Amino acid sequence: MELMQTTRGLAPKDYKSDTKPVWCPGCGHFSVLAAITKALAELSLPREKVAVVSGIGCSSRIPAYTSVYGFHGVHGRALPTATGLKLARPDMTVLVTGGDGDGFSIGGNHFMHACRRNADMTYIVMDNQVYGMTKGQASPTTDAEWDGSKLTPDGPCIEPFPPLKIALAAGANFIARGSSSDPNDLARLIVEGVRHPGFSVIQVLSPCVTFRPEQKEWKKKVRTACVDYTDDPARAARRLVTDDGFNFGKVLFKGTRPAFVPECSDVPCAIPELESGFAV
Amino acid sequence: MLDRFVSLAVVGSGGAGVVTTGNLLLDAAARVGWYAYMTRSAGPQIRGGEAASMIRLGSAPVDAHDDHYDLLVAADWESAGRFAAELPMGAGSIVLGDPRAGEQPPFLVDSPAHMLDLPMKALADEIPGGRANMVALGAIAKLIGLPDEPLLAAIRHAIGSKGEAAVEASFASLRAGRSAAPDLPDFPCLEPRPAAPGMRWNISGNEATGLGALRGGVRFVAAYPITPATEVLEWMAHGLPRVGGALVQAEDELASINQIIGASYGGVPSLTATSGPGLALMTESLGLAVAAEVPVVVVNVMRGGPSTGIPTKSEQADLNIACYGLHGDAPHLVLAPHSVADCLMTTQWAVHLAESLQTAAIVLTDQATGQARAVIERPAELAFIGQRVVPESVAGYERYALTANGVSPMAFPGTAGGEYTADGLEHSTTGTPSSQAADHQAQLDKRLRKIAGHNYGEHWAEIDGDADPDMVVLTWGSCTGPCREAMARLRAQGRRVRLVAPRLIAPALPGPMGDAIAGARRLLVVEQSHGAQYLRYLRAHYDLPGEVRSLHQPGPLPVRPGAIVERIIDWS
Repeated sequence: MELMQTTRGLAPKDYKSDTKPVWCPGCGHFSVLAAITKALAELSLPREKVAVVSGIGCSSRIPAYTSVYGFHGVHGRALPTATGLKLARPDMTVLVTGGDGDGFSIGGNHFMHACRRNADMTYIVMDNQVYGMTKGQASPTTDAEWDGSKLTPDGPCIEPFPPLKIALAAGANFIARGSSSDPNDLARLIVEGVRHPGFSVIQVLSPCVTFRPEQKEWKKKVRTACVDYTDDPARAARRLVTDDGFNFGKVLFKGTRPAFVPECSDVPCAIPELESGFAV
Repeated sequence: MLDRFVSLAVVGSGGAGVVTTGNLLLDAAARVGWYAYMTRSAGPQIRGGEAASMIRLGSAPVDAHDDHYDLLVAADWESAGRFAAELPMGAGSIVLGDPRAGEQPPFLVDSPAHMLDLPMKALADEIPGGRANMVALGAIAKLIGLPDEPLLAAIRHAIGSKGEAAVEASFASLRAGRSAAPDLPDFPCLEPRPAAPGMRWNISGNEATGLGALRGGVRFVAAYPITPATEVLEWMAHGLPRVGGALVQAEDELASINQIIGASYGGVPSLTATSGPGLALMTESLGLAVAAEVPVVVVNVMRGGPSTGIPTKSEQADLNIACYGLHGDAPHLVLAPHSVADCLMTTQWAVHLAESLQTAAIVLTDQATGQARAVIERPAELAFIGQRVVPESVAGYERYALTANGVSPMAFPGTAGGEYTADGLEHSTTGTPSSQAADHQAQLDKRLRKIAGHNYGEHWAEIDGDADPDMVVLTWGSCTGPCREAMARLRAQGRRVRLVAPRLIAPALPGPMGDAIAGARRLLVVEQSHGAQYLRYLRAHYDLPGEVRSLHQPGPLPVRPGAIVERIIDWS
């Protein structure tokens, strides 16, 4: 991409900060952090030209664990914060990181509208179907019958939110699913998402070993998707209808919509010119 | 020459051209060197419905309505009663009504005003394409001393694009109205004054707010529509792209505040405008802007509250949420312009302060100021441009370094070596999240120090009147206009009075405020809130001298100058 400057010689570790993550041993997010730094190295992006923006939650801690510009904002609002940054500073490469609760529950409205708006940024959602930071409550992607939380002892009793179906319906320009069990593959998806113009959504299956220990089995359940991406939303929709949530590693959908760029004059006028409208 | 003023109201049902009549009068008034202030009132209908334009014209600047209207003109009486409380009539007041319109409403029949007939519709019917509102305008012009020439120019400017026939029909209607108007030699009329072209501006408070933001350097705006703030955003949607900025319509107020935080983190001065309900939604993220030290400006054009309240009418009842709405100890700025013209200066200053101090600024205007239109003196250029402190060197850079004045250099994304994470979590000097007591204390101290220790200079308040006053009137925002007028009337009676109207509400400035109110034996606090919010704010932050009384009333009716004068005269 023309806006990206190239930097030679930065290794994945150069994109990591010295701050020690708060995550539990075995947490899938370690691999996602590794995949992000690997992707940034692969993209040869100068550190100062990248910003990672997040809301609140375990996975939203990622900005502080990177050595690029970061913004750790309030719960659910990572996407609007990132949108403002990207639209005001189109020269920056903007990644958004967060979890299923931050992105699809409290931030659900912003998720839909970010897909619609199609600003050029990449949203990496670590989905572990649980609120981990508050010690294990059902999230919007939790199964209806999961009864592991004291808050919903009979299970949430409502069907899970389907992120990729919503993303497709709302107009996201790039849709993929990765898994923390395969960070190299995830890094490749992130690189592809960053390179694709417009809003890219990457759902990452990233187990919570503390509050959803059964998710350790995910690495046995996931499988590489058998078909490559389509640019036909109808075909992508049909694939999502039969998807059990464990197909990963291939891009599902790549759209052709141009990224959103706000109207702005190339030749700015001086303010007195605007003021002349008030003079009588 | 003594300053002269005249007040008039035009009412009518949808399509009667009430708003057009008001706009033409303002334009023409500007062309003869007068000043003007116009507010509008409308029913709840989305389109059409009854409307009233309330206008005050003067040979000197006007920023308040008078106690009553000298003239009320109505083409019909349909639902005019809805405006009864907003249209006080005095003993010398004149009502011009169309005889075809039927029975006059009781509020006028029972008032001391003189009821006169003006056959607006019949006269308009005699002119091909004639319009009753132009007939009314002609009659108004005669009574107030407005010559034809500026009115014709205003009409041509407004409807010239509709073709010569439409313009001629309006001219003919205007002349018919002038000829048919009664002769009232005692009616208050003004005299045309020489005015160089461009020396008068015709501007609304919301437009002035938008312009102030642009002058202050704002180049990114996120917008979610809400009455009565939308015009700030609409004007900027037109103006911002032309000066190289961008406006984005957001999905809700949570998005708009966070978008501007993101853009400002990127180094671009940013603003949004909203009203009470929107401000309530934004408060969590305003705390983020304070904690992460990202400058933002939020304009709150206040309306009647709580909840949906009275969306189309004014009140000053968001003072509490603006000052105290953020959770945690979150020092920030609250500013309030005191007139239509001052929306420009105060918003520009707010941008300058937010940028300099790297914090959130809330600008409180209200419906009565924002949606009012005024003819004002062409505003002066001000030197306030947003300027952030950036690091001179990135060696050992710490974003939240503990500086003497509390302001730490802010590296913009793109600056190599300045990489840091801005955080709403409490943090150390580098921005690393920290729950340590020492870090919390140090960062709280720093964020307070930069706000409380700043020298705000002389712009913090409008102070007007006697150096050695018996009486101080303390007010803010749109109550300032009526207070200023009340002060003038009292001074004319030989009373020693002083007006103090802070532009900077928060932080409180005990030093300058103490000087401004020192020695007052009596202190009257004037505001438009049911709960006397401003009085309580003052009591919390200042030592108020002398005997303190409060004149507070909820919206939507404005505080009238006469009510202030009366309260002071009847003090004992």
